[in-house]
Amino acid sequence: MSAVGQLSAASQTPAPPPPRSGRRLTAYLLLLPGGLWLLLFFVVPLVSLLAASLYDPNGSIEDGFSMTWSFGNFADTMADYARPFGRSLWYALLTTAFCLLLGYPLAYAIAMKAGRWKNLMLALVIAPFFTSFLIRTLSWKLLLSDNGFVVDALKWLHILGPDGRLLATTAAVVTGLTYNFLPFMVLPLYASLEKIDRRLIEAGGDLFAGPLTTFRVVTLPLSMPGVVAGTLLTFIPAAGDYINAQLLGTPKQRMIGNDIQRLFSAGAYPTAAALSVTLMAAIVVLVLIYVRRAGTDDLV
Amino acid sequence: MTSDLVLEGISKQFAGHRAVDNLDLTVPAGSFFALLGPSGCGKTTTLRMIAGLEEPTTGTIRLGDDEITGLRPYKRPVNTVFQNYALFPHLDIFENVAFGLKRRKVKDYKPKVEEMLDLVELNDYGKRRPGQLSGGQQQRVALARALINRPQVLLLDEPLGALDLKLRRQMQLELKRIQTEVGITFVHVTHDQEEAMTMADTIAVMNGGLIEQLGSPAELYDLPATTFVANFLGQSNLIRGAIIGQADENLIVDVQGRKVLVPKARCRVTEGEVWLGIRPEKVFLAPAGTEEGDGVNQLLGAVVTDVSYVGVSTQYLAKLPWGQELTVFEQNTGARDTFRAGDAVDLHWRPAHSFLLDAAQDALAGVEDVE
Ligand SMILES: Nc1ncnc2c1ncn2[C@@H]1O[C@H](COP(=O)(O)OP(=O)(O)O)[C@@H](O)[C@H]1O
Ligand SMILES: [Mg+2]
Repeated sequence: MSAVGQLSAASQTPAPPPPRSGRRLTAYLLLLPGGLWLLLFFVVPLVSLLAASLYDPNGSIEDGFSMTWSFGNFADTMADYARPFGRSLWYALLTTAFCLLLGYPLAYAIAMKAGRWKNLMLALVIAPFFTSFLIRTLSWKLLLSDNGFVVDALKWLHILGPDGRLLATTAAVVTGLTYNFLPFMVLPLYASLEKIDRRLIEAGGDLFAGPLTTFRVVTLPLSMPGVVAGTLLTFIPAAGDYINAQLLGTPKQRMIGNDIQRLFSAGAYPTAAALSVTLMAAIVVLVLIYVRRAGTDDLV
Repeated sequence: MTSDLVLEGISKQFAGHRAVDNLDLTVPAGSFFALLGPSGCGKTTTLRMIAGLEEPTTGTIRLGDDEITGLRPYKRPVNTVFQNYALFPHLDIFENVAFGLKRRKVKDYKPKVEEMLDLVELNDYGKRRPGQLSGGQQQRVALARALINRPQVLLLDEPLGALDLKLRRQMQLELKRIQTEVGITFVHVTHDQEEAMTMADTIAVMNGGLIEQLGSPAELYDLPATTFVANFLGQSNLIRGAIIGQADENLIVDVQGRKVLVPKARCRVTEGEVWLGIRPEKVFLAPAGTEEGDGVNQLLGAVVTDVSYVGVSTQYLAKLPWGQELTVFEQNTGARDTFRAGDAVDLHWRPAHSFLLDAAQDALAGVEDVE
């Protein structure tokens, strides 16, 4: 195995020779296009967003905004928008949980049991991406509509009362989010499950662990990178989403994205920017805590 | 407490391919048993069936009086040292070794793990991850992880295959020492005939899903039963001949007009065409025309075509009048003549050093499989 090579390489590697200036120049040249791109389309907008969040909130598009370093914007917006803000994080959490519950068995089945159907099943997971996010969510709106067959069927089964509806409920929004973000959970999970050496699972069996125990102490811990990546890729965009809440919910299911979008359209830049920055900061902090914990063994 | 491992009529059929073919095998309790054969001959498949990782298509596997053929792997008193070790990368060395005991809910496992790490001389490495160890160390962890469970049978699948030559020789001795110390039955799979010979009490030589021959290293080397074994275990000279009669305890074989004797007990066939086999170190060279006493087999009129001096011995190629070249190893004792290319020589050997095999077998079987 390569481990031998790795180890001896690690212990014997002499200090790397100083890179020749030509090589270094090549490295910088290779970084240049991506760096410029990021500068132009990430750093500049980010700085301008941060700046906007500190403008005088009384300004308007017509009169212009002046930079007043209004840190109060954050406290004010949080006071006004605490509920949709909390709701966003809560919906994102629910979405992530459902995606994990649905996605793990699916990814496991594709990686471990699908055999020659593997590629087809992966293609099916990705298939929804062939239509736009918006169209798919609109289709859900039709599917869940009050006269749709789903509602009819559930009423007939008495799961839903005679006045019951699916559209315009929390369930509809979370279902839509779950549907839309499921592939982002499945793909990284699949990638990390697929990578697991089958002999490790066999070794578990050989060392007196039944199938469930082997899953708990071998497969699951080894798939944690996929779990972490999948939950991040689901949680982060779900927390900022507004399409699902807008199309499948009512103002009662409003998420922070809806407010940000509305405020930006209405020209309330400082408020919208302050909300965006707060959301971003909240997500960064949550992700950092999460990744820290996932990096240690206590998440397992 | 350990019992014999018995395989009866074991076959394994993969899609369109028979990997193991009607195998019968008894591994005596407490022995160091080697399954030797070239790559692809079905060794791993056989081992996996014993471990329960593969289901035999036909046949039964017993451990003493218990039939274990259909038992799930985690219910068998058998552990495996996997090819390339399969150590759990997310667990440290201590946890890797403790794995089996913990699964069996052994209470006081810590001192046992320490003791086992002691046995494989890795006490200071408990907190490291497998990726931080060298190949030889990983190999010892794999051994400790399996051995700590005191299985009735320990299965080792080419456990030394990934190590360099020097480390491999060292680990061979180590494994042998540990096996003697713990007294557990070892079934050791290898394609390295030297490894099998130095370590095993009993060797089963496998080829194409079948057992060609089973016996102690000395038995197999001294009296191979097939051309494959003759070539795969060490080297052999195989000369075409025909049985033309018998004299006392010997068969008389005609080789290109010259009569040679082979003891009946060393003959696999009793009539017709044969391969006459002699190991290179059992053949001697003498200057052409040298008189040999009675009871010595001789082939005359050979010419030395190649000489390679390798210190302790010299390897000659001697071409017989009908064109076949024989390999001859002479120890450099200083007591015997040395020869040069072009010298005319006679070849001789003791009848008890030769053997007869069925001429229907391929004289080159197993030659190209040796590494
Ligand atoms: N799961 C499998 N499916 C199909 N063929 C297999 C499988 N495992 C092994 N084989 C085939 O069976 C033969 C024996 O394999 P193996 O037991 O691994 O040989 P060895 O360990 O002696 O090198 C090989 O020809 C191999 O290709
Ligand atoms: Mg093998």
